[in-house]
Amino acid sequence: MGTIALGVRDNVAARFWGSTNGKKAVMAVTGLILFGFVMGHMLGNLQIFEGPVAFNDYAKFLRSVPLGLWLARIVLLTSVVLHVTASVQLVLRKRRARPVAYASKESIASTYASRTMYWSGPIILAFVIYHLLQFTFGVTGVPDYQEGEVYRNVVSGFGQPAIAIWYIVSMLLLCLHLRHGVWSMFQTLGVNHPRYTPILRHGATLFAVVVAIGFISIPVSVLFGWVS
Amino acid sequence: MRLTLHVWRQQGPRTKGRLVRYQMDNVDHEMSMLECLDVLNEELIGKGDEPIAFEHDCREGICGSCGFMINGVAHGPARATTVCQLTMRNFKDGDSLTIEPWRASAFPLIKDLVVDRRSFDRIVASGGYISVSTGNAPDANAILVPKDIADRAMDAAACIGCGACVAACPNASAALFTGAKISHLGVLPQGQPERHLRALSMVAQANLEGFGGCTNIGECTAVCPKEIPLEVIARMNRDYIAAALSQRDAEVNTIRPFTEWSTGSKLVNDPHATS
Repeated sequence: MGTIALGVRDNVAARFWGSTNGKKAVMAVTGLILFGFVMGHMLGNLQIFEGPVAFNDYAKFLRSVPLGLWLARIVLLTSVVLHVTASVQLVLRKRRARPVAYASKESIASTYASRTMYWSGPIILAFVIYHLLQFTFGVTGVPDYQEGEVYRNVVSGFGQPAIAIWYIVSMLLLCLHLRHGVWSMFQTLGVNHPRYTPILRHGATLFAVVVAIGFISIPVSVLFGWVS
Repeated sequence: MRLTLHVWRQQGPRTKGRLVRYQMDNVDHEMSMLECLDVLNEELIGKGDEPIAFEHDCREGICGSCGFMINGVAHGPARATTVCQLTMRNFKDGDSLTIEPWRASAFPLIKDLVVDRRSFDRIVASGGYISVSTGNAPDANAILVPKDIADRAMDAAACIGCGACVAACPNASAALFTGAKISHLGVLPQGQPERHLRALSMVAQANLEGFGGCTNIGECTAVCPKEIPLEVIARMNRDYIAAALSQRDAEVNTIRPFTEWSTGSKLVNDPHATS
């Protein structure tokens, strides 16, 4: 078989991507990268509680190494594109795999978070796009946006209750998404052990809740005037 | 015990089906679900109606022939049972049961509650084997297998291929079945020579058959009559990823999916046909 000319299907990468298991592996790895970003972003954002000077300096520091910034952006953007493309293709496949729906179907073991990944995902994507337009490009959501005045922009943006609530709801969905995703990626990459998988499941819940509380603390603090 | 059954009736693969209501006034709580359908079928035959088609064989939960959805749960409300082991004492007087066949494009419907599960056979045929030398029978215990490994292989081998995992999965994925078959041979020393090719081939066949992808939600293992754990899916993924990354040639064994039946019409036309 080794002498056969390689077609598209004989290309190992194409075949890996072509299988559901391969797509899920890509989703697991990109999910891990995005989870790492979310953790770092959350911890960085908490510096807002150290006051305007520290927070603005942190923002300046992030942009001080353009190469690093663009490298991170490219990795993150590639991860998002792969993660979303794989999930869309898997949803389409799922529809084809059960053309006739059940008259009655019960879920008896799965978590709410795991069954709603296909809903939480797209809403989080919509949120990320809005979030970038709001705080990175300053196109919408911040009445008096000023490039580099990060602290002011955050306070001004979250000063509007509707925008703060949209942010909080999105973070709760992110919490759900991570609650399933963070342990599920281990399963997808082949790690499952009766001793460690329960720890991974609980760890995923813990991380998901910590991430959500960390992010939500900021708009809540702005709304209550603790950060102004 | 009085029960109302809503059973999926469908004449054939290409006709339209619907749920038909049957009232049963005399259900014994010691009957199994299949015996309940037997009683209903006797009644239907007595009235000159067509009986409900359902698959069954051993009626002791080890052959994997029977299975359908009862009120949205594969094999009904009792854990770790097939519908033939499900006794009617799991239901209450006056209950209403909705009975539907497994639903998946890889399990095309044949009639009523009977679906074509040959896609499972093809997954096994593509890689569910080991190579053995011919000649004299080898010495027993020539290859040492630790007890815990033998137990894990046996746990995975307990899969009877009933299809409940696919039926319960919101993605109609065959991950639990394929994982069980890959694990059962893959953990044993005898299964090592084909381990990578097996993972590649069986995964490729499951994908070819049109099953969905696994989202690790765990509905499959909850309805599995043999309680196959999700661990087998992780093992399949591990073997598949390792095989895909280390593979040196493009060798994969798959079988073309088919839905036609070879015997039926041939028997009518050819009196000398033996099968």
